Amino acid sequence: MKNSAAPYVLEVKNVSFSYGKQMVLEDINMQVREGSFLGLVGPNGSGKSTFMKLLLGLLKADKGNIELFGSPVQSFRDWSRIGFVSQKANSFNSGFPATVFEVVAMGLYGKIGLFRFLKKEHKKKIKEAIAQVGMEQYMHKNIGRLSGGQQQRVFIARALVSEPELLILDEPTVGVDADSVRNFYDMLKELNDKKNITLILVTHDIGAMSEYVTDVACLNKCLHFHGDKNDFEVNREEMMTAMYGHKVNVIEHNHSHDHHDHSHDHDDLDGVRS
Amino acid sequence: MIEVFFQYDFLRYSLFTGVLIGILAPLTGVFIVVRRLSLLADALSHITLTGIAFSLLLGRYINFFAVLNPVYMGMIFAATGSLLIERLRHTYRFYRELAIPIILSSGIGIGVVFISLADGFTTDLFSYLFGSIAAISSTDFTVVLVLTTVVVAIFGLFYKELFFLSFDEEQAVISGIPRRSLHFLFILITAVVIGISMQIVGILLVSALMTLPVAAAMRLAASFKQMFFYSVVIGEVSVLAGIFAAFHLDVAPGGMIVVVNVLILLIVLAATSEKILNRKGG
Repeated sequence: MKNSAAPYVLEVKNVSFSYGKQMVLEDINMQVREGSFLGLVGPNGSGKSTFMKLLLGLLKADKGNIELFGSPVQSFRDWSRIGFVSQKANSFNSGFPATVFEVVAMGLYGKIGLFRFLKKEHKKKIKEAIAQVGMEQYMHKNIGRLSGGQQQRVFIARALVSEPELLILDEPTVGVDADSVRNFYDMLKELNDKKNITLILVTHDIGAMSEYVTDVACLNKCLHFHGDKNDFEVNREEMMTAMYGHKVNVIEHNHSHDHHDHSHDHDDLDGVRS
Repeated sequence: MIEVFFQYDFLRYSLFTGVLIGILAPLTGVFIVVRRLSLLADALSHITLTGIAFSLLLGRYINFFAVLNPVYMGMIFAATGSLLIERLRHTYRFYRELAIPIILSSGIGIGVVFISLADGFTTDLFSYLFGSIAAISSTDFTVVLVLTTVVVAIFGLFYKELFFLSFDEEQAVISGIPRRSLHFLFILITAVVIGISMQIVGILLVSALMTLPVAAAMRLAASFKQMFFYSVVIGEVSVLAGIFAAFHLDVAPGGMIVVVNVLILLIVLAATSEKILNRKGG
């Protein structure tokens, strides 16, 4: 762990969740300290997306507690402290007429609040966030015309614009070409190092991410492992066998594994917070 | 040619109302289209007919309704219908589009019963279906003006929230934007805008004025803001050209407005067809 004295940004205690009779998550415990870069890995259908929804308060845990910045998720209101990039972010309708600037501006809407408008200082922040992900020259381009990797950067900028302390990314590299993936991880690393933003990266691509993260957790209904990356390296093979049930070479960067897990997706947002 | 509209009060008020709905309908239409609710506008306009028929029926027995513009009852029915649609969309969570035909056909069915009870079709009814340029009194116009101001103000106030919800509902909810209340407000606005617009374009064509200008604007706009601009310009041109043509050719304005709108759409599609090919090519 990077800094064992840093306060917890996220604490998950004994959390279980099921859809009907089907247990999706069982007795999950996890702590994430400020400034760490956690890689959360798990095969398709392991409950990753459900876990994200619990963290974001979109679903309510059957059992256990989740605390964000020390307050229970149910009463947490300060959502601008958390940035979230969904795996569905770049599956938006590419015919939607919106510019990069307009999309990034959305990231401030929750913080600005109802009955208030974008001011000069907000526009400055939007431009800064776009520059941070290296998309300045596309500021007034239609988002639908950009490549998958470029779109993903725009959605990161949207998450960054409200200056979050915790940034959660759900499968952010799906649909992004291999070269861009590397640049993308470099960019995340820089955000983590220079801005001290706590990162949670949800992925099934262990190979590429393992050189960047500080902590690793593996999820497959239960949380199989959580802790320092170096411990994980030692136990990797054992862990992988336990999780996937057979030996798999997951270290190699393999795009053929890039299937979305939609089995537990709740398109309908009739959750707790809507 | 245009002077005549200022010689007669009823024509003047219709023209002014036309100017206002040329703004209102495309403005609402932008959100309707990007939220994929085009068919909702259709369902609500048919429910409006039910309300109008009900008001006409009541007018035969109760004096108050005989003098009241039946459009207000239409708006009340449309607003109620929009709530029922929301309810049904929840009931049929996995087949949400089913809510639209249920409400649409119930609306027409009940409407036809009311119309028959009120002694069948009249010229009045024809103008509700296809629009009229003689339907607006000065009181009606005042109401339309007030409602337009309120609706435009609401869109201004909630622009950013509605935009966010339209683009990415999940993320908007995560950011703490009150989805349900805004959606509810938006549907009520749609019901009101349909009630206002149908007086000129008619029930059967009101959804055209909400979607055709937006369909053309979509081909031209680079940003969401531009989409509003182009939609309103195209809507306004169609309404004004349609009303003048309707008066001089003595046809129903709804038809003329839609014809002009379709022409504009065809021109825009032809002018941007190269863009389509380019996009397909990569």
